[in-house]
Amino acid sequence: MLRFLLRRLLVAIPTLFLVITAAFFMMRAAPGNPFEMSRKLPPEILAHVEAKFGMNRPLGVQYVSYLAGVAHGDFGPSLKYQDKSVLEIVREGFPTSLKIGLSALVLASLVGVTLGVLAALRQNHSLDYSVMGVAVLGVCIPSFVAAPLLRQVFASNLGWVPTGGLNGPISLVLPVVVLALPQVAIISRLTRAGMIEVLHSNYIRTARAKGLSETTVVFRHALRAALVPLVAYLGPACAGLITGSLVVEKIFNLPGLGKSFVLGALQRDYTLVMGVLILYASLIIALNLAGDMLLAVLDPRVRLS
Amino acid sequence: MTVLATNLRRDSRTMEQAAKGRSLWDDARRRLFRNRAAVASMILLGLFLLAAIVGPYLTPDHYDTINKGDVWDPPLTNGHLLGTDSLGRDLLARLLVGLRVSLAIGVVATAVSLVIGVTWGATAGFLGGAVDELMMRFVDVLYTLPFIFFVILLMVTFGRHFLLIFLAIGCVEWLTMSRIVRGQTLSLKQKEFVEAARASGLSTRAIIGRHIVPNLLGPVVVYATLTIPGVILLESFLSFLGMGVQEPLTSLGTLISNGAEEMDLAPWLLIFPSLVMVLTLMAFNFIGDGLRDAIDPKDR
Repeated sequence: MLRFLLRRLLVAIPTLFLVITAAFFMMRAAPGNPFEMSRKLPPEILAHVEAKFGMNRPLGVQYVSYLAGVAHGDFGPSLKYQDKSVLEIVREGFPTSLKIGLSALVLASLVGVTLGVLAALRQNHSLDYSVMGVAVLGVCIPSFVAAPLLRQVFASNLGWVPTGGLNGPISLVLPVVVLALPQVAIISRLTRAGMIEVLHSNYIRTARAKGLSETTVVFRHALRAALVPLVAYLGPACAGLITGSLVVEKIFNLPGLGKSFVLGALQRDYTLVMGVLILYASLIIALNLAGDMLLAVLDPRVRLS
Repeated sequence: MTVLATNLRRDSRTMEQAAKGRSLWDDARRRLFRNRAAVASMILLGLFLLAAIVGPYLTPDHYDTINKGDVWDPPLTNGHLLGTDSLGRDLLARLLVGLRVSLAIGVVATAVSLVIGVTWGATAGFLGGAVDELMMRFVDVLYTLPFIFFVILLMVTFGRHFLLIFLAIGCVEWLTMSRIVRGQTLSLKQKEFVEAARASGLSTRAIIGRHIVPNLLGPVVVYATLTIPGVILLESFLSFLGMGVQEPLTSLGTLISNGAEEMDLAPWLLIFPSLVMVLTLMAFNFIGDGLRDAIDPKDR
């Protein structure tokens, strides 16, 4: 276990390094620069601004000094937001993104597992077909279609929730629902498949033969084993939620990190884009690792090598 | 004696008839055509494909014709079947072009991912050993990256060139394909018929061409069918964030993005493109699921 962890950490560091390097040079290769997006600056002013951020040095030197900064936890100043460091922006935006991401994950797990179990228990009956139908819809209705439609109905027409912005928990309801929908679809499919496999196994037959009640068989014996594959989905789920948050934060006008990233990429705010990217990449790598390790703990058949 | 001979002859005739039978692919086709959702999806997709190819030539308005007098016409007014947008452009014409662009991106990017994924996976699986280890570790590493960010960076870096969207998305989508192909190759390599082919002196190239690739075809076709909607979704996602297909050219994602902004004034601008998008994605998914059930019945 420890060896596995060490090995994976050893892979994770070069991976992150790769991410940083690729992103750094791709960002710099992009046409335009952060200071001249809307109007042209006189050359001497541009030179002055670039010197202020150390951008008049050769690219290689900038790269090394950026890496050194990151190693010390210094992600530099934002190039577009005056007098704000990237860390400050991340600290402001991340709680919102984390809040909707975590809520969506919890919601999707609860709903997805319930639907998946119900479908598996009634395999090939109408309930199963309707749940799987919903799952197909969940995958086929993209968040950027669901979000405006739901907002129109529940915010503009019915007025139950605000159309956007961040005003208390009620304003997060729609974003969380939209974010959770595709995950509900995937989780219910995974749960159903796991449940069906487990319900056909010998030890479930034994449990039934012992005369245990159906509830005990399903919840104590089957569900536990059926949920194990879900753990491996933790990393991809996180990636999916982050991707979804880019759209949801834009549509519902939430001050989260996803919005900062998209804006930053469009405005060539090099340091901000890099900072958000490093944070999210670390998060996904960590969750993938955690998922694999949890899987090994829960399922003795999985051998870590 | 003669009776026996006739019997024998009859037996051999029945044997011949039985042996004719149905090939694996005949069987798969029969199963596929019995799947009603898949058949309906194929018909719908066929119609969409036809509309996307021929449609843009048949509409009275070009997709970028601006009618200053017909701004935000609701559907079925002034000869605009699906209404017009904020510049008075005919939505039907734009929708047909958008569908064409989205389908083209889906197919071409999937083809790119197919080429990379199959080559990578088959090489790793067939060579095995350290090469396999190294190649698949590389895939593992790429798998853990937040790919959407790199696609976004690619779009930003290379401008919003149309061709590049194909390439960028194709470069992202090959990972799963390579894993599937590698797994299949690994297991195929150890099958008795490959051993038999090797024993009878077939060259490695012939084994790959005659035995490995045809047997890979099933899972590859299934996964490719499921990749196309994924690609269409990704392109639309980028267009929605303002990094995909650029005006006046359009795609389903661009149309939905514009429609979402003007939804209060002109709901049809969101509804029709969304409907086409959802139907297209569903059709591909149903066909993919149907193909999987048909080709690999043990998965059912």
